[in-house]
Amino acid sequence: MDLYFLELFFSGLTRGGIYTLIALGYTMVYGIIGLINFAHGEIYMIAAFIGLTFAGIFSILQFSLISILLIAVFFAMLFSAAYGYTIEKTAYKPLRQASRLAPLISAIGMSIFLREYVILAQTPDFLAFPMLFGDLELPEFMMDFIQPTETIIILVSFFLVGILLLFIKHTKTGKAMRAISQDREMAMLLGVNSDKIISFTFMVGSLLAAFGAILISAHIGQINYNIGFIIGIKAFTAAVLGGIGSIPGAALGGLTLGLIESFATGYISSDYEDVFAFGILVLILIFKPAGFLGKKEHKKV
Amino acid sequence: MTNHPVLSVHKISMRFGGLNALNKVSLQVFPREIAALIGPNGAGKTTFFNCVTGIYKPSGGYIELNGPDLRPKRINGLKPNLITRSGLARTFQNIRLFENMSVLENVMVGCHCRTTSNFLNAIIQTSSFKKEEQGVIEKSYELLKLVGLQGSANLSAKNLPYAEQRSLEIARALATEPRLLLLDEPAAGMNPQETTKLDQLIMKIRERFNLAVLLIEHDMKLVMRISDKVFVMAQGEKIAEGTPGEIQNNPRVIKAYLGEEVDVVS
Repeated sequence: MDLYFLELFFSGLTRGGIYTLIALGYTMVYGIIGLINFAHGEIYMIAAFIGLTFAGIFSILQFSLISILLIAVFFAMLFSAAYGYTIEKTAYKPLRQASRLAPLISAIGMSIFLREYVILAQTPDFLAFPMLFGDLELPEFMMDFIQPTETIIILVSFFLVGILLLFIKHTKTGKAMRAISQDREMAMLLGVNSDKIISFTFMVGSLLAAFGAILISAHIGQINYNIGFIIGIKAFTAAVLGGIGSIPGAALGGLTLGLIESFATGYISSDYEDVFAFGILVLILIFKPAGFLGKKEHKKV
Repeated sequence: MTNHPVLSVHKISMRFGGLNALNKVSLQVFPREIAALIGPNGAGKTTFFNCVTGIYKPSGGYIELNGPDLRPKRINGLKPNLITRSGLARTFQNIRLFENMSVLENVMVGCHCRTTSNFLNAIIQTSSFKKEEQGVIEKSYELLKLVGLQGSANLSAKNLPYAEQRSLEIARALATEPRLLLLDEPAAGMNPQETTKLDQLIMKIRERFNLAVLLIEHDMKLVMRISDKVFVMAQGEKIAEGTPGEIQNNPRVIKAYLGEEVDVVS
């Protein structure tokens, strides 16, 4: 197999891993309350800014690169979980009983609000993000087709998806989440505190996005207020591709989308990068609206 | 038997726009009592259940549930999950299992209503969490055994036969440790053998857990066989209450079911 193919393959897995981390937030929230949280991409963007802030503080204090990375990830997760919690309480919870369109509009409004807020409070320009992975070394033969940071991103995203699946499958909270996604009223009649579980879902989705934000920012090296927009829509595409509401579906959709994008830009043209992703979105919506692993919507009588 | 009712409903009303679905309905259910709520279609029986369990907020009146300390607790207006924690559980006429979860998991969700550990304990796998989960699994198996489903614990709930899905709903409701169990047409769609089994199950549940049962049912034979007390509703109002014998001979009840008696011999 030629090296160029492998290089594209691993860069596709890297993109796919990041798409997956963000797609999980879309898919979990959709699974549990049937809402597309369009502000999710903005949480990703804000997490990158928070990571940058803390990375800045701790590099002035002369911490080592690896501890700065861990600190940045930790605070980005903490703050984005708080953002996720607050967004749900302010923009979606009051609209729980409203028609499906109302929270959707509210989500778009929240997304615009957050982006403008970062432009005003921070800057509309690009900021340099420190390369927190440092000079990692891989064995000589691997360096030909994969970058060290890519390895980390791929491993971390696989690891996080695995943990999440175990959590949903085996814990009390995970069972409550599945119960609510199937029948919220019935879950409440069995004593499940649905408000708490819904908040928790927003927080988990947000902190996974934060993880992705720090990893990719430290890989690429720059951020601005707009980074959440395109990646958010692509992650949403990944979630729809895999079957929105399904967690393994989000991983499958993310990886598929990442690989297709990587091969298409590598073998065809990088000018059309976004065209491939959204072309796929249109195709799935036409031919397989439920996605790879999605459930067919059946009406309750 | 104590004189304190488990459930006492005082003149609750429920209006949907101009429709009086419930009009000042009062009733009391006592500990260890099996009570039936009957009435023609559209009488408001399920609406009544929905008000008691917190799905609807009644537009008037109040509902009290007695705690184990015999202190009455107002439950109208509370969220369904808090009402369940206060000791009320129910099943549905159109079965509402978590279809994509296993039979065991369905019961475990009910058990979790009484456990205390949270997701942090689960992540760091504290020993108290492990012990609690082990207890939940054991309790769930016991409940499945009670309703005869111990062999199907790992099946997906949607793959159970119809009558067994009903039993699973009852097991899941019992998992929340209610003092009053509301059953909405538990015998609907069952054949006579299955109905007889259901009789025995309801009696067994009362003995085993010392709880009261309030059921909506159209199968009059079942109602007459097992209930201590029968409430009759028609057009949103309670029109009669008494033992099965009294109800069968009550002219208002006969009228509600069969319509006005017309003298055809003239």
